[in-house]
Amino acid sequence: MSSYQLVLRPPQGRFGWWGTGVLGLVILGFLYWAAVGSQINATNLWNGIPYMWDFMVRMMPPNPGFIEKLWRPALESLQVAIWGTLLGVAISLPISFFAARNLSPHPAIYHFTRQVLNCMRGINEIILALIFVAAIGLGPFAGVLALAIHGAGMLGKFFAEAMEDIDEGPLEAFRSAGAGPFKTFFFGVLPQVLPAWLGTIFYRLETNVRQSTVLGMVGAGGIGFELVSSMKLFQYQDTATCILVILAMVLVTDLLSSRVRSMIR
Amino acid sequence: MIKIEGLKKSYGGRPVLQGIDLEVKSGEFLVVLGPSGAGKSTMLRCINGLTPPDAGKIVIDGAIFDSKRAAGGRLRPVAMIFQNHNLVKRLTVLKNILVGRMAGMSSILSALQIFPTKDVEIAMECLQRVELTHKAMSRADQLSGGEQQRIGIARALAQRPAVILCDEPVASLDPKTSRVVLGYLKAICKEEGIAVICNLHQVDYAVEFGERIVGLSGGKVVFDDTPDHLTVDVVHQIYPGLEDPGVARVLRPNAGPRLVSNSLDPVALAASA
Repeated sequence: MSSYQLVLRPPQGRFGWWGTGVLGLVILGFLYWAAVGSQINATNLWNGIPYMWDFMVRMMPPNPGFIEKLWRPALESLQVAIWGTLLGVAISLPISFFAARNLSPHPAIYHFTRQVLNCMRGINEIILALIFVAAIGLGPFAGVLALAIHGAGMLGKFFAEAMEDIDEGPLEAFRSAGAGPFKTFFFGVLPQVLPAWLGTIFYRLETNVRQSTVLGMVGAGGIGFELVSSMKLFQYQDTATCILVILAMVLVTDLLSSRVRSMIR
Repeated sequence: MIKIEGLKKSYGGRPVLQGIDLEVKSGEFLVVLGPSGAGKSTMLRCINGLTPPDAGKIVIDGAIFDSKRAAGGRLRPVAMIFQNHNLVKRLTVLKNILVGRMAGMSSILSALQIFPTKDVEIAMECLQRVELTHKAMSRADQLSGGEQQRIGIARALAQRPAVILCDEPVASLDPKTSRVVLGYLKAICKEEGIAVICNLHQVDYAVEFGERIVGLSGGKVVFDDTPDHLTVDVVHQIYPGLEDPGVARVLRPNAGPRLVSNSLDPVALAASA
């Protein structure tokens, strides 16, 4: 019969096994605290299963006739996503230049722009959409602006990081040839970052298509409005059609976008 | 002709260049030898302003060359060739060479990929000079290492410079390719009458290609003469503590060593006295 033995590297810290034990207890306590706060409850989940089933049954079969009313808002979502992405690129491009450590004119400017980008990215699209709906009124343009601002925060960070990763040797060649800053950027930096930038833009487009489908819930245009109203009217078969259409939109953009991204070399 | 006077540079209190005086004639191929950290690269970078020198003066064909003031839209008289060629990999060969002519070009037109015909013709001539005309529309990263360095030479040549600085141009190439690349450089130096200052770390190439060799050690010129004055003793002085019995085989000394008098080395001082 084969025998077994425990192979463990003893903790290297000052407090040995006691330290490890205390740390383990602290982590367990922290997770318990979070579970209590979020009212995680297995009984509730179990008791809820029949209702979930009921909901599923009432969604079946999806109502194909509802597509008639759905394709317009679905296309609107797509339009919002496209212009949300483009505006995001337009806003982030000039900012990103100052947020790249190696190209920023001054460390203070670099840190400041980084924080601006963090703030833009820190606010959720739905919250931004609520603000813009209040500011400029109901409709898809509020959604475009919400996606643009949040997206610009993310795009700017990624654009800047791509510029930080470039090979700076060629830039020295531009400097020693006396080419000015614009030409150095255009022929020295841009060719190096273009693949990464395009990849980021298409990734953002994917995210924006996903996000644009829920913007309608707060009145910022698109298919999300139909989703919420069908649920409020207890038309669950219409809701099911909505969900399927959203799923199709997201899957198709993901597929197209990943194709495009793999084509860029 | 380029004249370097009293070039000094220190990093954080540590002197790297302790007053370099050097004069290179048009069409002269000067090789700079020296151990890593002797200040070879710093010297070249101080000459063309990539690194601002602490003190010193650069005079090119009688005019003072100030890299800061030279920035304003005119082609610079000093071109540089880098160890890892520093081409933009995703640009075509032709555009990489056009970089050499970009000073003073319209930003807007060049962004639209429109370049003056005269500059394109000069770029093609330079490409012809390194015999890679057929690669004009290839992307730079499709070329071999030796070919990429030849494009680096063409880009420097496109500047129509009075001086070309080469920082270890063949350090990452195999011996056969190295000879080809140095051959192009030397031929261009002679035919175009360009002063070339070429950092090398291979003593054999220095002897083979250099018309004049400058030994740099501890930020000072310790040797400045033709290759036939480069003796084993001098090599040992440039590379203190060198243990390479084979170095004598590549040297072709015809005369005794003539060391530069400003060296601190007592042996050198005695020799020059």
